[in-house]
Amino acid sequence: MTNRFRTASGGRIDRAAPLSFRFDGQTFSGFKGDTLASALIANGVHLVGRSFKYHRPRGFLSAGSDEPNALVNVARDAARAAPNLRATQVELYEGLKAQSQNRWPSLSFDAGAVNDLAAPFLPAGFYYKTFMWPAGAWKRFYEPKIRAMAGLGVAPDLPDPDRYTQNHAHCDVLVVGAGPAGLAAALAAAESGAKVILCDEQAELGGSLLSETTATIEGKPAADWLAATLATLTARDNVTLMPRTTAFGYFPHNHIALAERVTEHLAAPGPDLPRERLWEVRAKEVVIAAGALERPLVFPDNDRPGVLLADSARTYANRYGTKVGERAVIFTACDAGYRAALDLKAAGVSIAAIADLRAEVSGELPSRALAAGIDVRPSTVLVGTKGRLRVASAQLAKVTKGAVGPAETIACDSVLMSGGFTPSVHLFSQSRGKLVWDGAAGAYLPGTSVERERSAGACRGVNGLQRVLEDGYAQGEAAALAARTYTSPARGATPAPAAPSRSIPASAEDLGTDGFIGATPHGRNPAFTKAFVDWQNDVTAKDLKLATREGMRSIEHVKRYTTTGMATDQGKTSNMNALGIVSEALDTPVPKIGLTTFRPPFTPTTFGLFAGAARGDVFDPVRKTAIHDWAAEHGAAFEDVGNWKRAHYFPRAGEDMHAAVARECKAVRASVGMFDASTLGKIEVVGPDAAEFMNRMYTNAWAKLEPGRLRYGVMLREDGFVMDDGVVGRMAADRFHVTTTTGGAPRVLAHMEDYLQTEWPDLDVWLTSTTEQWSVIAVQGPKAREVIAPLIEGIDLSKEAFPHMSVREGTILGVPTRLFSVSFTGELGFEINVPSAYGRAVWEAVYAAGERFGITPYGTETMHVLRAEKGYIIVGQETDGTATPDDVNLGWAVGKAKKDFVGKRSLLRESMSAPDRRQLVGLKTTDPKIVLEEGAQIVADPAAPVPVPMLGFVTSSYHSAVLGRSIALAMVKGGRARIGTKLMVPMPTHAIEVEVVEPVFYDPKGERLNG
Amino acid sequence: MVESAAVTASLAPARPLGALAAASRVLPAARLTALGDAARLVFRGREAAIGPAGEAFGVALPREACRFNAGNGRFAFWLGPDEWLLLAPGAEPAPLFAAIEAATAGLPHSLVDVSARSVGIELAGDKAAFVLNQGNPLDLSLDAFPVGMCTRTVFHKAEIVLVRHAPDVFHIDVWRSFAPYVWELLEDARRELA
Repeated sequence: MTNRFRTASGGRIDRAAPLSFRFDGQTFSGFKGDTLASALIANGVHLVGRSFKYHRPRGFLSAGSDEPNALVNVARDAARAAPNLRATQVELYEGLKAQSQNRWPSLSFDAGAVNDLAAPFLPAGFYYKTFMWPAGAWKRFYEPKIRAMAGLGVAPDLPDPDRYTQNHAHCDVLVVGAGPAGLAAALAAAESGAKVILCDEQAELGGSLLSETTATIEGKPAADWLAATLATLTARDNVTLMPRTTAFGYFPHNHIALAERVTEHLAAPGPDLPRERLWEVRAKEVVIAAGALERPLVFPDNDRPGVLLADSARTYANRYGTKVGERAVIFTACDAGYRAALDLKAAGVSIAAIADLRAEVSGELPSRALAAGIDVRPSTVLVGTKGRLRVASAQLAKVTKGAVGPAETIACDSVLMSGGFTPSVHLFSQSRGKLVWDGAAGAYLPGTSVERERSAGACRGVNGLQRVLEDGYAQGEAAALAARTYTSPARGATPAPAAPSRSIPASAEDLGTDGFIGATPHGRNPAFTKAFVDWQNDVTAKDLKLATREGMRSIEHVKRYTTTGMATDQGKTSNMNALGIVSEALDTPVPKIGLTTFRPPFTPTTFGLFAGAARGDVFDPVRKTAIHDWAAEHGAAFEDVGNWKRAHYFPRAGEDMHAAVARECKAVRASVGMFDASTLGKIEVVGPDAAEFMNRMYTNAWAKLEPGRLRYGVMLREDGFVMDDGVVGRMAADRFHVTTTTGGAPRVLAHMEDYLQTEWPDLDVWLTSTTEQWSVIAVQGPKAREVIAPLIEGIDLSKEAFPHMSVREGTILGVPTRLFSVSFTGELGFEINVPSAYGRAVWEAVYAAGERFGITPYGTETMHVLRAEKGYIIVGQETDGTATPDDVNLGWAVGKAKKDFVGKRSLLRESMSAPDRRQLVGLKTTDPKIVLEEGAQIVADPAAPVPVPMLGFVTSSYHSAVLGRSIALAMVKGGRARIGTKLMVPMPTHAIEVEVVEPVFYDPKGERLNG
Repeated sequence: MVESAAVTASLAPARPLGALAAASRVLPAARLTALGDAARLVFRGREAAIGPAGEAFGVALPREACRFNAGNGRFAFWLGPDEWLLLAPGAEPAPLFAAIEAATAGLPHSLVDVSARSVGIELAGDKAAFVLNQGNPLDLSLDAFPVGMCTRTVFHKAEIVLVRHAPDVFHIDVWRSFAPYVWELLEDARRELA
């Protein structure tokens, strides 16, 4: 295919670098520097999509990120497919493959287009009214059908193979937008020494200057000034230039999110490069130089392919050397239409007519158009267009005293419209700055700032190239000055814009401030016209008027009812016209209608960008103990406990979990087992006031605990309920080795620090987390002492010298150890604490030493069963944050004589000792084979009338291999008084009878503990 | 109670980053090195104990926030108004522990051996700050984070102690179980520098 619509010369494309690409399977050619949009237009292609609701043929409306129509799917392969990309922003590369969307079977013949004929039945809000019956059909039938019919692209269903990274950056001044205002602001800030980041969503920096052919700045053509300015900025090491980078979110304290597209424009991206980078920028000051967006005019059939924004057509001609057609009709409400007409004419496009909404047409640009022989028609409107897949003619009609006269049809292949410019206040609004209606400018402009930011140039209503440049320079200077005196990110800084210290003389066509908001008059029967306001969501002027007739008054309601402005373009081209139409329909001034809120992201942003590196194995830290790899090598199944991986059980060949756990339990009871308890939280409490601090934090009494002894400690929250528990060793008068539950470690440390820092800063005691300092190897069972004895030096292991609940320091195979005689199984047991660097080596040595006793490594499941057989609770399993120590039979651990401890006062409340509180008991099913479900409710009589009174619930339930039956722990109302009685556990099909028993099922006298 | 005697070295200490470090690519812009064993002590205490502790350690404890002092290959990192991390690469912790305890006897303080709690990682090269900033939100420019600075901070979801030894040399001290997570994300961050 040839580039029939290329200009003979000019533009910023590289005509020496042709590229071939495919669109809907057809091969085309373009040039380096083209966008997909400009290359398709150069090939005469305007039909690029079907509309969201009516499936109307659509072409390009704009040349930038405001494009609502030309959404395409660009796919490198099945997984690397990105739907809904704006063709106006897709940079061309060799071999690019793009496809149109929302059409079937093809773009030129789309079955969904029947929706256009059915339009009378699909008014605004139709889905609220039409599909309400029969009940339930919405979810099953209507919604899926509507979703399939309406819609945008299709997301790939394969995992995304690309990488995304996230960076943090800091600067003095962040300038958003590299048009004339942004460039001048960056220049000014950089010259005063500030650290500057200048970002722009486009591939090339320059903004509107990229489309200038006649303007001059400081005596140079705009393009030369741009090149020189970029060279100046590039040479400065305090400036970072970021093209292809969209500032998409403005968050509190000048935290701005930028999306940098790193490889999207490359034909063959390197595998090590991220596809996109998220930049989280913390800027002392922000200059928003976002420019302005051209407004379409709302007239019937303004959505045919070939109907474009006038200034976009000028961009295609001047920047991309591409003609939007051969013969254009222009419909304008401002001088931008004339500027486009003159530039297009110069590029070789014939201008059939300029219809100007204004009655008075004067000034330099209209004069030049007249001088160039263009047919200029004041007080004239477009009342319609014709053409099936491309505009073929436009109907023009004169407006006389508000009445629209007869239409004249003018043949054309393109219609260019301009309703004036809307300042882009998206980011300012996101920063929660207050927008103010400016009647003279006919626009909302930035008012009071909330963040340390300022707007510059067209986005705050400044127009005229020189004024924009000088405003940019002034704002850049002011921002740099404010950054120098910066002390905090305090909000609401609104330094007055200073006059620039530098004049930047420039000459360019002045467009003035004329414009139009709303729907243009057409005199046709509105029932049979569609004048589009929101191209992407297919909202027409008629829909908005219907919404007002149905009682909507606030623009927020109109927006939600009609969906105007709710598409992925966030109403960039539609919001102001919607306001104008609602304002006219309600006969209420625009500022009284309100304005919808702009929210991030400014343009659609990929999920990958937000996920960054946090996926797969590094989605979250996976914490492994020093012994983990040994367990993995020995076939352990693991379970997640918080971020830790813990060995759950060690199945042998052919064993399921049940069989493995039964074997492990029996081995511990009969001989010896070993268990990795390293994940237990550990805190070293040290200082002269350590015992006093422990007294205050735990329910137990610590003062009399001798060094070398252990005690089981219970910690309450202020409300008196059990928060954590653990065994505590007193290593010295001023040193405690505290253990916590695995999951509770950070919470307990924070709880302790909170009290220490805020309530008792006078105490001479300090806390240090030692969780990861120690590997903990539990050796449990009747043979435990015999296993470790040959390995230990410096500790007398005899029953008399080292009784149950003691701690000694010595060495094991030369490694220093804190050896605990402690048991969570009810058997004789030891916990060997060694520095975790030696955890695995010591574990292996113990395993080898235990082989002659058949030492059995066991996991958390066996640990759970063994402790349940003994009635030992697990905080978080038996307790749910509403259990007092007495509820779980730990009343003995509360120091009654103690003056105070955290939670003591709450325990004195009457309700905390009420006899009908839920209390820990054991349950035995009448049928010993039945293992109750944990969480099952317990009742007295399942046949009682609903609601059946609930007496409690099962907290732990296992099959006990040693006892040859099931066992369970439960919290039951007044449970201790019910011991010996029968209760029922109702299940969906039947109720299970249980007997309430003491919660200690095995060795109730505890004789085995001492070996 | 006195801390236990020195390890008699019949068992070798494990290196949680050993396999990852062995498989690591050499990228001059951001070199990644797993650092060797070190004695690490957390010292906390009242004013009177601070001077003697530094004297016994051989490096005065810095009083300026987020700064470290170094001498004879040892480092004292300020982590809080009454908290320092004392680092002695290659040293045994027990003799150091005993020396500082002896010097501060009777003065209110806490000394805890955390040698095995964490591991050290060096990240060096002119892109080191760029790599770190992919998981750390601090301003790592030399103005804001000069040579001689240290702080407890984060790398992605892991807590780390970050130290700047030279304009392009950073050390990370990270708890043992988080070390592979940090290492893998550092590898991911520097991948584009290949």
